[in-house]
Amino acid sequence: MPSHDRPLSPHLQVYQLYRKIAPLLSITHRVTGMLLFVLGTLFVIYWLGAAAYGPESFATAQAVFGSPLGMLVLFGWTVVLMYHLANGIRHLVWDTGREVSNEGVRRTAYAMLASVVGLTVLAWAIGLAVAL
Amino acid sequence: MSSSPRTLRSALGRARGLGSAKTDAPGHWFAERIGAVALVPLGLWFVFGAVIANIGADHAAFQAWLAQPLNTTLMVLFIVTAFHHGALGAIVVQEDYIHTPWVKHLTVLLTKLFALAGGLFSVVCVLTLAFGG
Repeated sequence: MPSHDRPLSPHLQVYQLYRKIAPLLSITHRVTGMLLFVLGTLFVIYWLGAAAYGPESFATAQAVFGSPLGMLVLFGWTVVLMYHLANGIRHLVWDTGREVSNEGVRRTAYAMLASVVGLTVLAWAIGLAVAL
Repeated sequence: MSSSPRTLRSALGRARGLGSAKTDAPGHWFAERIGAVALVPLGLWFVFGAVIANIGADHAAFQAWLAQPLNTTLMVLFIVTAFHHGALGAIVVQEDYIHTPWVKHLTVLLTKLFALAGGLFSVVCVLTLAFGG
């Protein structure tokens, strides 16, 4: 077994990721990214595709998204997207060499989580105000 | 870090290509960041400016909205950037966690095909609505 002196991606079986905030948020970034790419893109394809196919299919799509289950899925989609967006900015900050320390990781983690809650609440407050 | 005197290859030369991406990791990494930076404003625009702005819209209203040149441009930019960035990220995840080479090559290929086809279809839909009657 070769030993590695370079950083490796978080191992999924060895570490108890859920017990530490840094690796937990890190793997969540990947999970939310994969969710957006696998499921979020289907939302975009369905929405735009339904519109391109005409008024009837678009009315169906809007009704699907407006149904209770559709709104629940959209709410989850909002949280996932805002998480990946806010944590992505956190990664971009790290890429410039800033906040790369235990303290920086913790501090930016709380700022990021607060942003996710704020952006999600904001989106749904505006959305519900428009809808009602 | 041990450098053997018995080889003429530099430490960098021996290390290159040993990562899970094998080749062109810096280019891949950088392209992913460029898309990430672009997707911060584009993603917020998609949520607040596109989805929320069209809640409850009927087909005619949505088509009229999408046909505005700025909205058409931003939507196409969002689609291309999002599918590209998504494919780049999904490929990195597969390179890290799929250890059977042929399975990894297959899923990476399917990822690229999905991103290409899904992105192209979405752009065609936007242009159909924007330019169609």
